[in-house]
Amino acid sequence: MYRYIIKRLLLTIPTLFGAAVLVFVLMRMVPGDVCEVRMAGFGAFADQEAIDICRENLGLNNPWLWAWPWWDSQFGQVMWGYLTLDLGKSMWTGQPITHEIGLRFQLSLQVAFMATAVAILIAIPLGTISAVKQDTWIDYCVRTFSIAGIAMPSFWLGIMIILGLLITTQAWSGTPWMPPIVYVSPFEDLAGNLSQLIWPAVATGYRYSAVATRMTRSALLEVLREDYVRTARAKGLLERVIINRHALKNAMLPVITIFGIEFAFLIGGLVVTEQVFNLNGLGKLFVESVLTNDFTLTQQLVMLVVVIFVFMNFVVDIFYAWLDPRIRYA
Amino acid sequence: MSMSEIQRDLSAEKIAERPSRIAVVLDYVRRYPLGAAGAMVVLAMLFMAVFADVIAPYDPEENSFEHMFSPPSLQFLLGTDDFGRDIFSRIIFGSRTALFVGFVAASVGATAGLVLGVASAYFGGWFDLVLQRVMDVFMAFPLIIMALAVVAVLGTGIDKVIIAITIPFIPMCARVVRSSALAIREIPYVDAARACGFSHARIILRHMVPNVMAPYLIMITAFVGQAILLEAVLSYLGLGVQEPTAAWGLMLKSGAEEYAESAPWIAIFPGVAISLAVFGFNLFGDALRDALDPKLRMQ
Repeated sequence: MYRYIIKRLLLTIPTLFGAAVLVFVLMRMVPGDVCEVRMAGFGAFADQEAIDICRENLGLNNPWLWAWPWWDSQFGQVMWGYLTLDLGKSMWTGQPITHEIGLRFQLSLQVAFMATAVAILIAIPLGTISAVKQDTWIDYCVRTFSIAGIAMPSFWLGIMIILGLLITTQAWSGTPWMPPIVYVSPFEDLAGNLSQLIWPAVATGYRYSAVATRMTRSALLEVLREDYVRTARAKGLLERVIINRHALKNAMLPVITIFGIEFAFLIGGLVVTEQVFNLNGLGKLFVESVLTNDFTLTQQLVMLVVVIFVFMNFVVDIFYAWLDPRIRYA
Repeated sequence: MSMSEIQRDLSAEKIAERPSRIAVVLDYVRRYPLGAAGAMVVLAMLFMAVFADVIAPYDPEENSFEHMFSPPSLQFLLGTDDFGRDIFSRIIFGSRTALFVGFVAASVGATAGLVLGVASAYFGGWFDLVLQRVMDVFMAFPLIIMALAVVAVLGTGIDKVIIAITIPFIPMCARVVRSSALAIREIPYVDAARACGFSHARIILRHMVPNVMAPYLIMITAFVGQAILLEAVLSYLGLGVQEPTAAWGLMLKSGAEEYAESAPWIAIFPGVAISLAVFGFNLFGDALRDALDPKLRMQ
C-alpha cells in the first residue's frame, strides 16, 4: 500500500510541473501586459518611459526561461517560488498573492461546500429512485431533470433565481427582496451569510448533481443485478432494507469518485456563478486578473485549481486502491 | 412438433420478414423515448438554422429605437431588447452561431483526439507514455479555465472561440478512444495486417479507426452540447462572439441582467434556447450511446 501511495504521489509531479510550464508559457503569450493596462487607465496617452520603468520594477524585462543565475529568469523565479511556498506579488495591487487569495478563499470554499451538500441531497435520493423504478415514468422524469441540469447554463439559472426571488417576494410582501451583496462571515451572522450564499450554491449544486444522479443510478443498477442482492431478496428482506443496507453501500464507490473529481471542477465553475451573483470570490478574482493582464495572479490561481484537481484525483485513487487490492498491484 | 422446433420456426419467421424503415424508427422511439425527443429538438434546431432567413421576421442585427424593450406581442413574438432588436429573430439566427461553433469544435476536437488516441494505442511504448503525460497535463485544467486561458492568448471572435473550445476536447476524446483502441490492437487481424507489410498509416486508418467509430460518434454528439454551452459562457463573459452577431450567450450579456426586472423576456428566452439545444443534444447522445455501445453506459 505504501509503495502504491509513493508511486502515485511521484506521478503527480510531472503533471504539476507540466501544468506549471504550460500556464507559464500561455500567460507570456497574452498580448500586452499589466503596465500597458495600468498606464492606459491614467489617460489616452501612455508614456513609454513610465511603461518601461513599471516593467523594470515588476521584473518583466528579465529573460523568460534562461538567465544567469537561473533564478533571475521569470520561469526560475516562479519555480523557486513554488519550492519555497512563495507565490509572489500581484502585479496589479502589489499585495502578496497569498493575501489576495486568503481574502476570498473562505467565501469560495463555503459556496463550494454548500453546492456539494445541495448536490448530494439531490443526487443520491433521485438516483436511487430512478434506479429502483427503472424505465417507468418516474425514471424518465428524474433523467430529464438531471439532463436539464447539465443543459442549463449555471449563469442563466442564477439570473432566473434572482428574477424568481424578486417576483415572488414582490407578490408575497409587496417589496422586492434581493440577497444581500456584502459578504458576512458565517461566524458573525449565520442567517445573513446563508441568505446570501444559498442561491449561488443552489445554482451550481443543481448542475453538479446532474452527473452524480446519473452515476448513482447506473452504479445502483449494476449492483442490483449482483448475486448477493438476490440472496437478500431470497431471505425475504424488505426491499427498503436491501436497497439501503446492501445495494446503496456498494454503489457509493463510483459516486464518491464523481463527487471528488467534480469538487475540483466546482472551483472552475464558480468563475461564472460569482460573476452573476456579484460575489467577491476566487472566480471573480480570476476574471479580474485576466482583464487587467495581471498574469502572475492568473497563473497562481490556475495552478491553485490544478493542484486541487490533482490532489482530489490522488485521494480518489488511493481510496480506490485501499478498497480494491487489484488496483494496487496492476 | 416439439417445443424447440416451434421456437425455431418462430424465430425463422422473424428473420424472414424484414422490418420497414418506419418500423425501425418506431422501434427506436419506443425503446429510447428520451432519445427520440432529443433527436426532434436537434432536427428542429437544424431546420431553424438552415431556413433562418425565411423564418425570422426581422433582421437580427437591425436596431430600432422606437421599439426598445417591447414586451412579447404579436408584432414581436418574444419582445425586443435594449437596442430594439427582435429577440425571436436573434434566437433563430443565434442557432446558426451555436450549431456552427458546436459542430466545428466537436468534430475537429474529436477527430484530432481520434487520431492521437489510436496512434497512441497502436505505437505504444515511449510515444504512448509521453503523449499520455501531455494529455494528463491538459486534463488537469477545468474545461472553462482552459478555454479562458486560450481566449486570453488569442483574443475574442468566433474563430478564436472555436479554437478555445476545441483544444480541451482533444485530450478527452483521445483518452476514451485510446482505451478502446488498446483492446482492438490485441485482435489478430491487426497482426495479420502488419504481417502483410501494410504501412502504419494504412493499418491505423483502414483497420483500427473504423473499429473505434462507436466511441468517436458518441463523443462528437456529447461534445456538440458542451461546445454550445461553453460558447454561451464565453460570450456571456464578453470573451466570445462579439456584437452585433446574434449569439445566445451574448444576448444574455448585453443588458439582460440590468433589465431583468423591468424586461425579463430579454433574459428568459435566450437561456431557454441554450438549455433546450444542449438538452436535445445530450438526450440524443445518451440514446446513441445506449444503442451503439452498452459498455460505455457507465461513463
